[in-house]
Amino acid sequence: MPDKISTGSVGVVKPTVQHFSDPLMLDCGRALAEYDLIYETYGKLNAQHSNAILICHALSGDHHAAGFHSEEDKKPGWWDSAIGPNKPIDTNKFFVVCLNNLGGCKGSTGPVSINPLTGKLYGPTFPIVTVRDWVESQACLADVLGISKWAAVIGGSLGGMQTLQWTLQYPERVSHALVIAAAPRLSAQNIAFNEVARQAILSDPEFHKGRYYEHNTIPRRGLMLARMIGHITYLSDEAMRAKFGRELKEGKLNFGFDEAEFQVESYLHYQGKSFVGRFDANTYLLMTKALDYFDPASKFDHDLVKTLEKVQAKFMVISFTSDWRFSPARSREIVQALLRNRKSVNYVEIDANQGHDAFLMPIPDYMAVFYAYMQQVSQEVNV
Amino acid sequence: MIAEGKKLRTELALITEWIKPNAHVLDLGCGDGTLLLHLKQTRQITGYGLEIDHQEIVQCINAGINVIQTDLNKGLEDFQNDTFDYVIMTLALQAIQRPDALLRDMLRVGREVIVTFPNFGHWTTRMHLLAGRMPISRALPNEWYNTPNIHLCTMKDFEHLCAQLDIKILQCAAVDTAHRSTPAMKRFPNLMGEVAVYRLQK
Repeated sequence: MPDKISTGSVGVVKPTVQHFSDPLMLDCGRALAEYDLIYETYGKLNAQHSNAILICHALSGDHHAAGFHSEEDKKPGWWDSAIGPNKPIDTNKFFVVCLNNLGGCKGSTGPVSINPLTGKLYGPTFPIVTVRDWVESQACLADVLGISKWAAVIGGSLGGMQTLQWTLQYPERVSHALVIAAAPRLSAQNIAFNEVARQAILSDPEFHKGRYYEHNTIPRRGLMLARMIGHITYLSDEAMRAKFGRELKEGKLNFGFDEAEFQVESYLHYQGKSFVGRFDANTYLLMTKALDYFDPASKFDHDLVKTLEKVQAKFMVISFTSDWRFSPARSREIVQALLRNRKSVNYVEIDANQGHDAFLMPIPDYMAVFYAYMQQVSQEVNV
Repeated sequence: MIAEGKKLRTELALITEWIKPNAHVLDLGCGDGTLLLHLKQTRQITGYGLEIDHQEIVQCINAGINVIQTDLNKGLEDFQNDTFDYVIMTLALQAIQRPDALLRDMLRVGREVIVTFPNFGHWTTRMHLLAGRMPISRALPNEWYNTPNIHLCTMKDFEHLCAQLDIKILQCAAVDTAHRSTPAMKRFPNLMGEVAVYRLQK
């Protein structure tokens, strides 16, 4: 744990695994007879249990949102910029819960877990899970933790979709919803990118129809490609230009295909390779499907206004100017539907050139708005 | 609470008297949310503020005011017809690219519209122009080259526009930054009023 950032950090944290033995009915028609959810918590739950915050993770995220796993750990959790003492999600005030979603590969039941019915890894037989299924399982965890109502549910990207789904599925259990860099459903372009990523994995000869574990291999190239495509969509043209430009790794052209020549190639290779070591290909496939399928308005004649009629939460919607994966216009669709229902909503479009990734970064304007809103939340729950 | 211990701008106090209790209000260019907060406390209104400046938005959030970051030059496309009892815009009309288009849009989403703007017909402005210089005053503190106020008008100009757009003027007042109204302002509003306040309807 690096000393210099230890003051604003929740410090060393340890995940907990909660086993659920009641079956969970899934959207796909199948059920999980039993399952585990791995989660971390930061801060203290108050006596009234009114200060609990749920953090929902995005595509490749997990339960480790803040702090370090050991003194030697070099990198903090994925949203350490926003969670910790005196940060927007202030752990001096709030009790923060973050879990790895079902289908994940970081400790919650997913393709790399043993199917209790067969005694073998789930692998490709793990059912396709939806955002609704996730919220259902998250609600089960809330019950175990004694949290009947979240002071806030917060998420960016796919996490923002879960946040939105919470307000629809359990309107009475969410006081505030912070929906960041999200959309009410994916666009055709979004789905197209996901499909290219999936095809990269599915067409890798090492994929073995998802049973690569049995062949003692992993679809390394496919997963790497999928991640590389993802990374292009997370950054903006401007951010890439600023970060890499046309810089050459060795300062000269090599007139060949063997090595990464441009810095941007090198960056994508690095991102792809490091991802292969820490992420499961079947999980990646599942997560992209959950994204594609998310469309709460489909049950309301594709009318988002009607869809949001029953939400009770107060909303804070945040988008980023250079985010083209989930552009500000997509966030505004949510805002517009809330306005038409006369719901409590704030909307801020942060001037940022980092693209979709901006939601994870400590951009001063973003943090200021985030902090101010969370102050309001904390005043409301008297913490 | 930002409005506490701070005297409300004269024209805001006047607007407050025009607003019926429990109304649904949209405030364009709401700044730090002072007016909406005051209306919430004194008239129990609901509604939203639209603002573009980041610092002001943070102030609104701190005050517990619902604020939507909006560029008013893009119009009010997020809002449906006749959604609000009042659509208010204080001292922003003159900074809009197309005040006429925005006025029409305001009357589309609101049953009544309240606008205030610095009256370019005020005698001090006329004095500046007579002296051959662009006016600088309490209501118009900027130089010509850095002013955000690109569409200044006199009360007469504004009323001419209303007539052209078929907008009904329900009420009108001229105020200055210190006084609600003086006999002179009532007799010669376009000459004596620093800030013009109008209540409008389609």
